[in-house]
Amino acid sequence: MSSNLKKRKFIASAFKITCMSMTWICVLLLAVMLYHVTIEGLPWLSWQFLDNFPSRFPAKAGIKSALWGTVWLISFSAFFSIPLGVAAAIYLEEYAKPGRLSTLIEINIANLAGVPSIVYGILGLAIFVRGLALGRSVLAGSLTLSLLVLPVIIISSREAIRAVPTSLRQAAFALGATRWQTIRHHVLPTALPGILTGFILALSRAMGETAPLVMLGALTYVAFTPEGPMDAFTALPIQIFNWASRPQEEFHQLAAAGIIVLLAVLIIMNGSAILIRHRSLRDKKW
Amino acid sequence: MVNTPSTPTLETRNLTIRYGDSSAVKDVSLSIADRKITAIIGPSGCGKSTLLRAFNRMNDFIENVSMDGKILFRGIDLYGAEVDPVEVRRRIGMVFQKPNPFPKSIFRNVSWGPSIHGNTENLQELVETSLQKAALWKEVKDRLNGSALALSGGQQQRLCIARTLAMQPEIILMDEPCSALDPVSTSKIEDLLFELKEQYTIVIVTHNMQQASRVSDFTVFLDGGELVEFGETTQVFTRPKKKKTGDYVTGRFG
Repeated sequence: MSSNLKKRKFIASAFKITCMSMTWICVLLLAVMLYHVTIEGLPWLSWQFLDNFPSRFPAKAGIKSALWGTVWLISFSAFFSIPLGVAAAIYLEEYAKPGRLSTLIEINIANLAGVPSIVYGILGLAIFVRGLALGRSVLAGSLTLSLLVLPVIIISSREAIRAVPTSLRQAAFALGATRWQTIRHHVLPTALPGILTGFILALSRAMGETAPLVMLGALTYVAFTPEGPMDAFTALPIQIFNWASRPQEEFHQLAAAGIIVLLAVLIIMNGSAILIRHRSLRDKKW
Repeated sequence: MVNTPSTPTLETRNLTIRYGDSSAVKDVSLSIADRKITAIIGPSGCGKSTLLRAFNRMNDFIENVSMDGKILFRGIDLYGAEVDPVEVRRRIGMVFQKPNPFPKSIFRNVSWGPSIHGNTENLQELVETSLQKAALWKEVKDRLNGSALALSGGQQQRLCIARTLAMQPEIILMDEPCSALDPVSTSKIEDLLFELKEQYTIVIVTHNMQQASRVSDFTVFLDGGELVEFGETTQVFTRPKKKKTGDYVTGRFG
């Protein structure tokens, strides 16, 4: 009996140690990567780097067009995907009757969230670039990215809306409120922090996407910033990819500097998502 | 029935309510007297809440609910095609089992109902009178802009009553309003009920026999969805006509 106990205890601690080392391996890998990128890229980071267009001379090269391209892309993507996503989430949670159709829609959305991004690129190329003849423009790019993040926004918004207590809706209905008044005054304000967190996470994903934009034929060398939705563009991940694929060592370092900028923006966005969630949890007391 | 109330506000005729295939309320006919308190009692799962929620069409939000028979509100069929459920809920208010104030200020909790119906004048006055009627004014008058969620459970429930009163309803439905409250808060709400019945018709579902006998004028006893006994509270509690009623009110089953 005691030997059995010993064996069980050994298995228990072995399992614990295995899990712990797996965790540390992940953290370590990330740390090594960050260290590598920082060492390579940090010396290149400067105001000039942010404010220069790409150049074939590494010393003069910068990410101005890529940074602005990303800003344009993300703004337009937000503009298209947020209203669509939230409206769909409200419909599915508050209006749609449960049944075969809504289950089908639900499964479809969940699957779309897992479709590889390159597939969205092909779709965007066929529909937006060629079909609607938008060309390789900011508009075509952001419409494609909107499709890509739409499922993420719908799913996170639905979760936030579902987390609003039923008792709150009932209280409003019992006062003779219509469904719209209930949604407008109680459901949405209560779900807002969760919905916002979803936006930020979805847009962060859009920001890091390279494959669909490459598929669309986004340019890799752009010496201007977009001035309208129909202009050609490049984006941070594309610029990084471009530099990384060049033979010269200096360009690799530039790529690392670009990665630092991209990571910094992503960390700021994800950080604000965490902050919003944390604050909303603190304020909610029921 | 001997003591059928003279002027019914609400009347059910052969009312049957089903969830899918199982009936929660079976062939119930009763009438609710104007400006009196009617208590609905009965063991858990006997259909008390289902019956209550049918009165202001809150069952509409539940899937698979079907209904036979009629509910008349001052002679009008509550489930008639021309009746708007939103209007029904404005005129027949409801207080829930668990206090559910909006996560907003105390003032906004009371003023929201009137304001969505386009009443924006004299909100200040309306909020004050509603809170006074709900016996909450003295406790909250200095913190009307504070969060309703900072109030105690009993205060929150009185706020929910004030919120309902601000709509100036004709009937107030209460679904075990004291079940989540301590004895002191409970007795405050019971005192409040006595004052409210001067102006309002009240239907209260309760698990608490003492509460039903203390506050109500009429008592409805349901068991297994069927109406076992309905009459004046003193009669139901002291001279029940059915043995089952006697057993239940004296605590021998349920």
